[in-house]
Amino acid sequence: MEKIPLLSVENLNVEFSTPDGVVHAVNNVSFAVESGKTLGIVGESGSGKSVTASSILKLNSGVTAKTQGAILFNGRDVLGADDKAIRSIRGSEIAMIFQDPLSALNPYYTIGNQIVEAYRVHHRDVKKGAARKIALEMLHRVGIPNPEARIDEYPHQFSGGMRQRIVIATALINSPKLLIADEPTTALDVTVQAQILDLMKDIQKENSMAIILITHDLGVVAETCDDVAVMYGGRIVEKATVNELFLTPTHPYSFGLLGAVRSLDNSARGELQTIAGSPPSLLHLPSGCSFLPRCGYAQQNLAQCSSVVPELGKVSPTESFSACHLRTEALISLKMKEIA
Amino acid sequence: MSSEILLEGKSLVKYFPHGSKGIFGKSDGFVQAVDGVNLVLRKGQTLGIVGESGCGKSTLARVLTRLIEPTSGNIILDGRDITKVSGKELQSLRRDIQMIFQDPFSSLNPRHSVGEIIASPMRIQNTVPKGNEKSRVQELMELVGLNPEHYNRYPHEFSGGQRQRIGIARALALNPKVIVADEPVSALDVSIQAQILNLLEQLQHDLGLSYVFIAHDLSVVRHIADEVAVMYLGKVVEIARPEVLYSAPAHPYTKALLSAVPSATPRASHMHSRIVLQGDVPSPINPPVGCRFAARCWKAQDICVAQEPALGPQSFTSQPEEGLVACHFPENSN
Repeated sequence: MEKIPLLSVENLNVEFSTPDGVVHAVNNVSFAVESGKTLGIVGESGSGKSVTASSILKLNSGVTAKTQGAILFNGRDVLGADDKAIRSIRGSEIAMIFQDPLSALNPYYTIGNQIVEAYRVHHRDVKKGAARKIALEMLHRVGIPNPEARIDEYPHQFSGGMRQRIVIATALINSPKLLIADEPTTALDVTVQAQILDLMKDIQKENSMAIILITHDLGVVAETCDDVAVMYGGRIVEKATVNELFLTPTHPYSFGLLGAVRSLDNSARGELQTIAGSPPSLLHLPSGCSFLPRCGYAQQNLAQCSSVVPELGKVSPTESFSACHLRTEALISLKMKEIA
Repeated sequence: MSSEILLEGKSLVKYFPHGSKGIFGKSDGFVQAVDGVNLVLRKGQTLGIVGESGCGKSTLARVLTRLIEPTSGNIILDGRDITKVSGKELQSLRRDIQMIFQDPFSSLNPRHSVGEIIASPMRIQNTVPKGNEKSRVQELMELVGLNPEHYNRYPHEFSGGQRQRIGIARALALNPKVIVADEPVSALDVSIQAQILNLLEQLQHDLGLSYVFIAHDLSVVRHIADEVAVMYLGKVVEIARPEVLYSAPAHPYTKALLSAVPSATPRASHMHSRIVLQGDVPSPINPPVGCRFAARCWKAQDICVAQEPALGPQSFTSQPEEGLVACHFPENSN
């Protein structure tokens, strides 16, 4: 029997109308997340990863945004839910952590105030004193030393890593089933990043929460995720388990991305592998594959690559899904030629 | 390693007054941003400086470029002490040291065209006759991989990577000897980072530039630097060639820093050896008396808290090319 996923996103499309035209931020994105698992969404800036994440909480529903598709959370329709229903999900069943912990916290309120508020919004019958005890417990759990003394301090009195712990405490206070972390460690130093990633993994182990981790750092993905979706130009171009993505990438963009990172990790000094050019504008996506202008493999198949948008399809013999007209065998033979 | 010394920092110190009350109030303490740093940059080479936020690496960059005055210490460029030069002399000195900044969005004036941005150092310094300005700018644009026809475009019409190329062209406009690059690629995506790093290496090779390259990303520095200095709380704790530093770090902090970098290999054995440091970097206002890393160090003993370790060779037997370390109990000596 197939496991029913906690969250499933089907054919999600998000568009924004701007004075310059319509920005196609997310195009036909589908994925699912199971309880206790971590899905990584990687991509460069402007690839649509943050918009995808905020759609899950229906945060893109302004006048200028148009969202189509289906998002099912625990069997409930998120996109069709009214304001009241979505408010009861936000922060309680699905919580979100943002990149910059300083702008995620209100500088005018003590951190205790902010955590207690997050709790009492969803537990109206709980008295302030009781909620404060729960907040203290949570602060203790995310590793704030001496929480009794620090709960009445303001955000500016904490360091970057401590602030991100407070944001995590606020997100976890209602024991969410799904945590969306949008670049949670990008603003932090590596040694603090290691602490925060460990903390998230520990908490996931305790209550089998699902995590969607959005990042541009493939190192972070390699160490924390079970599955990965690679986004480019608002589309998912490859979907695979972590091991498969890193050992047998199947999309030319993934080759390039991994190549750029690996050659940096490697000690050998010399020319770094790069992907020529820059990502496409979401205002004017190419008619065919959006990676075409930067792809080194497309010459063989130019007619199809430049006119038809490739669908995400399974790549045998792996379990990966890739959106490329050139299937593995063709790509591997091309890669071989390159090496030889 | 025998090439000639171009830029040298001798016991550089920069303290910022902290907590003064009122205009005439006396400050009650100092932020010890940079505290006794010795550095050497050789001709045609790259000195990498790594460290976490708040370790003083950007302050050091500003001191070296004479953008701020050091509290004490000397800066020597090409055999000449430039710590105290001022006025006209300082202005002509600016030609020799240029900077590349981290954020290609805020470091370019949005109201100036690319041509004006790249030409402005030449105008200020009066190095190129007005008639030749445009051709020189276009030559620079071509050098950094920009289309010279985009001379009249504005910064917002370019992507992040292209903007950083504009910043590099501006830094090259005066034919400097030294370029201090403060986190030049950290605001860029990986595939673009690699492009910019390749460009910087190419330019170094073609124009014989020397770089001081500041970054928090250890893998970037490993790639570009000939020598790497690791900073912690205003001090250099270790300095070595990258082959040595990355394979056999001598300072416990360097070791922890390296182990914290996530590797792009899934579930690597490396995970088990990760050292997760406890706590945060102490405040630079009243740094610890002994070793500044002692409070977070797993090897710390009484002497570490009491006495500050000096930067020196690991042991009496070690060769100078093995690098210098400031630790009472360095990793590789038993």
